[in-house]
Amino acid sequence: MNDKKKKDVLLKIRNLKIQGYTDETWIDIIKGVDLTLHRGEVMGLIGESGAGKSTIGAAAMGYARDGTRISEDSSIEFDGMELMTATESERRGLRGKRIAYVAQSAAASFNPAHKIIDQHTEAPLQYRLKKRMEAQEDAVDLYNRLRLPNPEEIGFRYPHQVSGGQLQRAMTAMAMSCRPDLIIFDEPTTALDVTTQIEVLAAIRDIVDQFDTAALYITHDLAVVAQMADTIKVLLKGEEVEQATTKEMLANPKEEYTKSLWAVRSFKSPQRTREGRECLISVKNVDASYASGPKILDDVSFDIYEGMTVAVVGESGSGKSTAARVITGLLPPQKGEVLFKGDPFPVDYRNRNKEQLRQCQMIYQSADTALNPKVRISEIIGRPAKFYSGLTGAALKRRVDELLDLIELEPSKYYNRYPAELSGGQKQRIGIARALAAEPSFIVCDEVTSALDQLVAEGILRLLDRLQDELNLAYMFITHDLATVRSIADEVVVMQHGKVVEQGPKDEMFRPPHHPYTDLLLSSVPEMDADWLTTLLEERGLENLGEAASKKIDPGDKKVMPSDA
Amino acid sequence: MEDISTLWYFGLTPSTFALTYFTALVVASCVAAFYNHRQPFMMIFSLTLVSIIVGIIGGVHALWVIALIAFIIAMAAMVSYAFREFLILIASTELAKELRTAPLTAAFGMFVIFVYAIAGIFAPWIAPHGEAEVITSAFAPADANMLLGADQLGRDMFSRLIYGTRNSVGLALTATLLAFFMGAFAGLLAATKGGWLDNLLARFADVIMSIPSLIFALLMLSIFGPSMPVIIIAVSIIYAPRVFRLTRAVAGNVVVMDYIEAAKLRGEGTGYLIRREILPNSTAPLIAEFGLEFCFVFLLVAGLSFLGLGIQPPTADWGSMVRENATLISFGEITPLIPAAAIALLTVGVNFVVDWMLHRSSGLKE
Repeated sequence: MNDKKKKDVLLKIRNLKIQGYTDETWIDIIKGVDLTLHRGEVMGLIGESGAGKSTIGAAAMGYARDGTRISEDSSIEFDGMELMTATESERRGLRGKRIAYVAQSAAASFNPAHKIIDQHTEAPLQYRLKKRMEAQEDAVDLYNRLRLPNPEEIGFRYPHQVSGGQLQRAMTAMAMSCRPDLIIFDEPTTALDVTTQIEVLAAIRDIVDQFDTAALYITHDLAVVAQMADTIKVLLKGEEVEQATTKEMLANPKEEYTKSLWAVRSFKSPQRTREGRECLISVKNVDASYASGPKILDDVSFDIYEGMTVAVVGESGSGKSTAARVITGLLPPQKGEVLFKGDPFPVDYRNRNKEQLRQCQMIYQSADTALNPKVRISEIIGRPAKFYSGLTGAALKRRVDELLDLIELEPSKYYNRYPAELSGGQKQRIGIARALAAEPSFIVCDEVTSALDQLVAEGILRLLDRLQDELNLAYMFITHDLATVRSIADEVVVMQHGKVVEQGPKDEMFRPPHHPYTDLLLSSVPEMDADWLTTLLEERGLENLGEAASKKIDPGDKKVMPSDA
Repeated sequence: MEDISTLWYFGLTPSTFALTYFTALVVASCVAAFYNHRQPFMMIFSLTLVSIIVGIIGGVHALWVIALIAFIIAMAAMVSYAFREFLILIASTELAKELRTAPLTAAFGMFVIFVYAIAGIFAPWIAPHGEAEVITSAFAPADANMLLGADQLGRDMFSRLIYGTRNSVGLALTATLLAFFMGAFAGLLAATKGGWLDNLLARFADVIMSIPSLIFALLMLSIFGPSMPVIIIAVSIIYAPRVFRLTRAVAGNVVVMDYIEAAKLRGEGTGYLIRREILPNSTAPLIAEFGLEFCFVFLLVAGLSFLGLGIQPPTADWGSMVRENATLISFGEITPLIPAAAIALLTVGVNFVVDWMLHRSSGLKE
């Protein structure tokens, strides 16, 4: 890792300023960032959203998105060539061939109308580096190296016929097709499950090593970047905070901001127990499916006690959200029932009365789609209060102010705003306030923090925890992020393929013995240790990680000690 | 820019005109270049170059034509610009921000609509003569009393044109509004409720759409007789299914949003869902569609009138005015084309505005 320092400089960015056009003036988004990347070096760019990570990534290709421009006095030197003065066709000649880009969502970046391999060979054919057959053979070779299942055949599928993690690896292979000198990874694993993420991470790291490619790895996940990068650069609001080698950065960060990023997962709510509490929601032997499709939930049972948080964990497709839909009445189950304080809840929300509807509220993952963009904050929050409690006029306004105070937003400032005028974290807070406005006893939180930056997410978790104590709320906390579970849950339900594989109090769940699936989930969470991935791969071998492992496990398996896996 | 009408009033000789014209162009382009306005400079100077070539080939008369066209375009642009600035000043801050993004074409469209609205609303005060008042002999030429001459019965063409604004535009507007009311309501209901109601409404719309629109209108008008309410209802029935399909598609994208689910879980009724949650999020494409449909309806009504089945005489209407004066075409008169031009101008104007709105609704991602 250290000898890379001696290698040639590949990318040298000096005084990079990028401006965006808003309100008829140019405003600096990136305020003079320097960056030096050597051949074969992997640099991690981390920071919150809006820090300018992706913008810098694009600028490394000499590209500025629509509505932005790179300021004249910046300098971007790629392998001795000044991109700022290069013509558009010269720059275009670099892209794909010598600089490649891996986007966050492979599913959105592949053209659904063409086979994967045809898209793969497009660049080598375009640059006349290889003949079609050669390029295809090379693609299969790359698929092999990235350990995609069926490397011979997988390229001839269409993007929708391949799983998300495989697609992301295929995209990495595509970026490699011209053997570029530099690859820019823009949050390549953010949209993936932990178990899938690990495979992609291992694959990316291997291939970058094998071809000695330099990379800019953009992410907001510190634990991920610790596995991938040789050096880390921390960004905040378009400015560099600090840069150091990964080990040094993890061991002793210098700046306050970096320390706060590192300390983010410190929050841990005290464990609550069932003693002296009433059982609020009880899901009993529920089977459910959409229309006549396959069973999504298979004999699912769990209880939620008042004032407690039950975290439901599992990969995407494991039926977590479906369970929530059954409880809220959006999806009537085929079998089984949902009890509320011992009485059966009508299975369809249309048959529930106002009082029953009020008891059970929901907070959504994406605040962008959860808040009506054309309605003011005052009405978004005020509507449930008016609807359930019949408040009007001054009483309603008082209630809205009270709720805004509760979610720590200044009422006078936010009362008349529209959702578009708020940041992501603030929107999520409004979502919480809307749920609280109904004065419920139970709230379903569907991945409420997964679209947020870590610092913001922690703020939301703290808020939820405080509200829980103040208002004696029960949460059903759906998440795939085990770190979130650790900080907020009292009880954990682990789901796989629509079945509950394990459930119990948090303390027990994080202590072995585990069910093999829980064990897999737990072991797949990246840790803040640069050697974590290496150690894990050595211990377990790749076939015991990720999707492959997940398929082998049956929900009925016996509990194991971690060492047996 | 040189005002060309002075050529006739002040008795400029052809050579003086050419000289003044070119001087004005060259001075204007120099000024533009000096103040670093690339676009105006390019436009004015290319006009100069074109004028030189046309002047050499076609003589001073061709030069006059080109100058006149340039003058009209420039006037239209300036009026649009001034009108937009005027609107920005009188509008509220939020609306003004939107208006600032309007291109000149949209401002021109708004100006045209504004003029038509004024003409329609104040028709009795603007028109010098009555709608059906016979004041002179048939096809009398234009004079100081009659700006555009007389029609086949000796009625004032200009007055009838002004009254026609009221009738033609008013009818088209009512019919479009009715079509929108029916179509949008059914569309929103279908999207919100889904299931069998959705299917029923959609099939019903399909049935109406499968009948050719002109034939359907002719049929209805022959059965019930050509009166205003029948025209309005027939036309709105023809156009409602299109609105229905658009609204259903737009609302279909909105009803899957989480905030709709939240509202449903809250126990809100269909009325509230449609009114407060779905409608505000589908207005942009609906307004754009409104402009388009308005043009189609307008043309259909004009077409019906031209066929003699629309608005009945002596009520002035642009479509029937074209038909009544059609014989004049063979004498090389442009009188019958004036109402047609009025239709064309409004259609173009409305479409300019609609284009801008479509652009905004497709470009805005909130």
